[in-house]
Amino acid sequence: MEFTEKHVEGLKDLLYKMADDLLIIGHRNSEWTGLGPVLEEDIAFSSMAQDKLGQANALYGLLHELGESDPDTIAFMRNDKQFHCCQLVEMPIGGYDFSLTRHFFYDHADAIRFEMLKDSVFEPLAMVANKFRGEVKYHTMHADTWMRHLGKGDETSKARMQNAINETFPMALGIFEESIYEQELMESGIFAGEKTLKEMWLTKVEQIIESAGLTLPDINSVTPVYGGRKGQHSQYLQPLLEEMTEVFRIDPGAEW
Amino acid sequence: MYGNAYIENDGKQTNSMFADEDPIKLAEFEARIAAGEKIEPQDWMPKEYRKQLIRMIEQHAHSEIIGALPEGTWITRAPGFRRKLALMAKVQDEVGHAQLLYSACETLGKSREQMVNDLIDGKSKYSNVFNYPAVTWADSAVIAWLIDAGAIVNQIANSKGSYGPYCRALERICAEESFHLKYGHDNVVFLATGTPIQRQMVQEALTRWWPPIMHFFGPSDKISVHTETLMKWKVKMASNDDMRQQFLNMYVPKIWDLGLVIPDPNLKKNEATGKWDYTEPDWEVFKQVINGNGPCNAERLAVRRMAEEKGRWVRRAILSKEKKYVAPLA
Repeated sequence: MEFTEKHVEGLKDLLYKMADDLLIIGHRNSEWTGLGPVLEEDIAFSSMAQDKLGQANALYGLLHELGESDPDTIAFMRNDKQFHCCQLVEMPIGGYDFSLTRHFFYDHADAIRFEMLKDSVFEPLAMVANKFRGEVKYHTMHADTWMRHLGKGDETSKARMQNAINETFPMALGIFEESIYEQELMESGIFAGEKTLKEMWLTKVEQIIESAGLTLPDINSVTPVYGGRKGQHSQYLQPLLEEMTEVFRIDPGAEW
Repeated sequence: MYGNAYIENDGKQTNSMFADEDPIKLAEFEARIAAGEKIEPQDWMPKEYRKQLIRMIEQHAHSEIIGALPEGTWITRAPGFRRKLALMAKVQDEVGHAQLLYSACETLGKSREQMVNDLIDGKSKYSNVFNYPAVTWADSAVIAWLIDAGAIVNQIANSKGSYGPYCRALERICAEESFHLKYGHDNVVFLATGTPIQRQMVQEALTRWWPPIMHFFGPSDKISVHTETLMKWKVKMASNDDMRQQFLNMYVPKIWDLGLVIPDPNLKKNEATGKWDYTEPDWEVFKQVINGNGPCNAERLAVRRMAEEKGRWVRRAILSKEKKYVAPLA
């Protein structure tokens, strides 16, 4: 099938939101370096952060091939209004309970997204998605292990994890905020759509949360936190971007 | 990263360090070390040997996690994907080194938890160099190049020591540190050959870091405590001045090659002795910083303490008797 201009716009929109999510959650996860509850978790969060950054870089690379700026310029020279990440990823790291729950919700969505995209008709995306699938498998394994450890740990950890799930769930639903190009993405075979992804994700995360002795809130009782995909962000994204680009902006023309 | 600084013998004379040890076992122990054998955790060892090793390995481990803090600050500011990814990986390695070293030290009978508690209670020390701030991005580059270079000089020497678990940990650590050194050098080269702003940044960083770098290897042999027995037991492998000389010999020419100025007018190779002459570092400042009065001592420990407190509920939960879940290995 020949791509129309709208198909390409839809594809770019998809790549931007995926890459922005990855860059920002990678940045946040890296903030645990040196501060984790145990050394092994500093190391784990750093490993995952490196994978996320690598994946973001690869997706910005695909955008570059589609005529956008180079990855460093895209990542380091935009303001918050130009970012398409969901608000979940931009929140500060908070406590380990929040960071772990965010990681759990986010990575299960990415794992399913990559699984869907490995069959995309846009071959360069199918190829990277297939590669990312192998990486994110370990991220979800890590999240599930800790979700179960802490869900079945002691009363404190169980209560903290349940609270974190309750608070994070509405933001996690923001991952699936639909694009104005859903129709084009589906009809072209580029991506099977956020709705399908969300249904599969709900089944998966509910099953693991239950196995951890915890409860996923009723989806009908919460209001999803939307806006991120359209450039509407929390108060936390712009300061994050200012910090991230502080050195780069000293001399954007320089080679660092 | 670690410097050779804080072996102490509590003011005892060296011959009283093993006065109450079984002389036959002691002789066998010393003969094994002299023959180049490694001492393993289950082997007999003098009490003083165990004590000094615990102190040294523990300080080394603490240095790795505290060292992650000044550099870690720059992960979230690193300019561009390449540097951001490399710095993340580098600092992650340092935390991994702490993990290896705490494990090595645990073989001598002190638990990781005890060691971490002694760190945050201020009872045990870490490398002095991390009590200085990394003010700009260029500081993080200078640290990655020259402090890691210093650490390699120290750690390669110590990896030839007598305690098996520590030597094996150091061999792995040195392999990783050599990548850090390449990363740091590459970073400094880009700055030193870059725009005027970049060149100024890196020169200022070098000027700031030169005194801590000279302090890094510990007090001059002229004033440091004699550690003959510890050298014989291969706990301490080279003198502070020898390591400082080795570092200067390897890195001063490289720094000069980049057109950078080292802030010591007396620094030059003495053709007659083959050694480097330099202005004697201010050991009073060094002592002040070790004893808690450096620019960042309080901040570093406060951050570490905060991390320990914030994560306590997690550690408690995974040690809980109620725990029913056993993690799969793969």
